[in-house]
Amino acid sequence: MSVAVDKPGGPALARRAWTGFIRRREASVLVVAIALVVYFQASTPLFLTDGNLRNIAQATAPTAIVAVGIVFLLVSGEIDISVGMVAALAPYLMHYAIDFYGVPAVPAILLALLLAALVGLVNGLITTRLKVPSFVTTLGMFYLLYGILLTTSKAYPVAIPSSVKGDLQTWLGAGDWASLSWCLLVVVFFHLVLTRTRWGLHTISVGGNMLGATEAGIRVNRVKVGNFMLVSTLGAFAGLMEAFRINSIDPNIGGGTRITFTAIAAAVIGGTALAGGSGTVIGALLGMFVLAVLQNGFNLVGVSANPFFLIQGLAILVSMIANQYLSRLRRAGGS
Amino acid sequence: MDALRVEGVAKRFGALTALTDVNLHVGRGEVLGLLGDNGAGKSTLIKVICGFHRPDAGRILVDEVPVVLRSVDHARSLGIDTVYQDLALVNELSVYHNMFLNREHRIGPLLNNRLMRRLAEEHLREMGVDIPDVTVEAAKLSGGQRQAIAVARSVYSAARILLLDEPLAAMGAKEATIILDLVADLKARGDVAIVIIAHNYAQALQVCDRVAILQQGRITFDRPTAETSVAELTDLMVADYRGRRRAAGG
Ligand SMILES: Nc1ncnc2c1ncn2[C@@H]1O[C@H](COP(=O)(O)OP(=O)(O)OP(=O)(O)O)[C@@H](O)[C@H]1O
Ligand SMILES: [Mg+2]
Repeated sequence: MSVAVDKPGGPALARRAWTGFIRRREASVLVVAIALVVYFQASTPLFLTDGNLRNIAQATAPTAIVAVGIVFLLVSGEIDISVGMVAALAPYLMHYAIDFYGVPAVPAILLALLLAALVGLVNGLITTRLKVPSFVTTLGMFYLLYGILLTTSKAYPVAIPSSVKGDLQTWLGAGDWASLSWCLLVVVFFHLVLTRTRWGLHTISVGGNMLGATEAGIRVNRVKVGNFMLVSTLGAFAGLMEAFRINSIDPNIGGGTRITFTAIAAAVIGGTALAGGSGTVIGALLGMFVLAVLQNGFNLVGVSANPFFLIQGLAILVSMIANQYLSRLRRAGGS
Repeated sequence: MDALRVEGVAKRFGALTALTDVNLHVGRGEVLGLLGDNGAGKSTLIKVICGFHRPDAGRILVDEVPVVLRSVDHARSLGIDTVYQDLALVNELSVYHNMFLNREHRIGPLLNNRLMRRLAEEHLREMGVDIPDVTVEAAKLSGGQRQAIAVARSVYSAARILLLDEPLAAMGAKEATIILDLVADLKARGDVAIVIIAHNYAQALQVCDRVAILQQGRITFDRPTAETSVAELTDLMVADYRGRRRAAGG
């Protein structure tokens, strides 16, 4: 199969819009997202209903938040596969603080986020100072946290502590559109950070040309460690949100590696390169949306969930190939 | 008073000794040409002076005050700026972001892209460098254009000690002249000390007040340009090579 790249022969404006569009990294995934929505809506009238959109939003939001962090880390040239476990552990940390140590609700939540940031700090320091590849560092951290989670929780789910029930729980995930609102807030904020701030520019530089960034005086390790901390903190936030939404703290939140891998898949489908130096937060959101829509749509049209992973695998491969192809087009079609 | 003085600097990489005992000085308004074979340690010396490498021995004095350079940033805060041989551009970033990398203009927390774009265009125009669009990614530039960007960003950085590691390497005749003119302009300002590494002795002699040769980790020759010539410099370099070959029994 070959993709037609003929620019439409229409007026110059349309052509400029077209080139402008394909030059955007998010282009391919946006097209796929729209196509899927159209397809599923045509297949079943249930698709674009209020209730189903809420389902999709709830499936998209927490993992998209993790994916935002993953994008930053991938752009800086590293990876974190322990983040899903941080997501599972964070609600327990809150629960331990509240129910065992009598910490009030808000400080307990902040403490959980802080401890998550600490996990990121450790990941970052081991990777940058001790020069252990981040894949290995975070693989070790994954099992470490898993062990801590299982031994401290005895693998039992627990109820949400009563002191966070009420407004706090509603605002932080239980409300109908709470998780989506947080997700959009996070996406917009970090899109700005990546594209319009010094931190974003330096993150791109570190992943794009590490020696060059060092020579320019950028504290390369600091940037990387910061991004490790960012992923872990966002992971904890997503885990807390999920616990508030399902109204229970479950060691299987995120299903072990599922959150991590889905977030990485979302980032990659959205146009973030694993090699570092380029990536987009909006693309990751769209990538996550595509994955959520696929799963949800399959359910609705009554296809068994089994081939879903097959489709997800293909989606990752096809989008990666498309990204390679598009980025070559972008390079070639410059001014 | 010397703007920059290097005393007894040594630098080893594991078993390899890149610099043994380097002594060097440059005054304000002076241009020092640093010559030497490939692998002689010129870039290493530059990277010690700009805070990238820590020296294993010796000291560095800025305005006759000994300094311990903690980082490139720290050196930069003392007015030391560098054009690296490997250029240090980030392919994924636009030309103007590269020009202001790690000294970005900002409005609050946000990058002031408009200002940086305008300044980049102005600086490149002033230099006579022809880059049609400063918003393109650096990956799209030619070798000479990349060189020009790297030079421009240091030249317009208000540096008081400027280190140029082979700024003419990938340059065509016209572009090389642009760089040499820039160096001449800076020298005329009288407050900048410049060290320039070059392999083309004719070009080096054109702008330099003094020439030094780095051989086997030491400065073996240091003389005003007026008192030497391309022929003498070439002879010195070749003689060193022949001597070492004979010593090795080749
Ligand atoms: N980071 C490093 N680690 C290990 N060895 C290094 C490093 N940097 C330089 N060297 C070695 O130090 C020696 C001097 O290298 P340097 O780059 O300073 O040479 P140079 O004089 O700049 O050469 P050229 O004219 O080719 O640029 C070489 O043998 C090089 O291999
Ligand atoms: Mg060199």
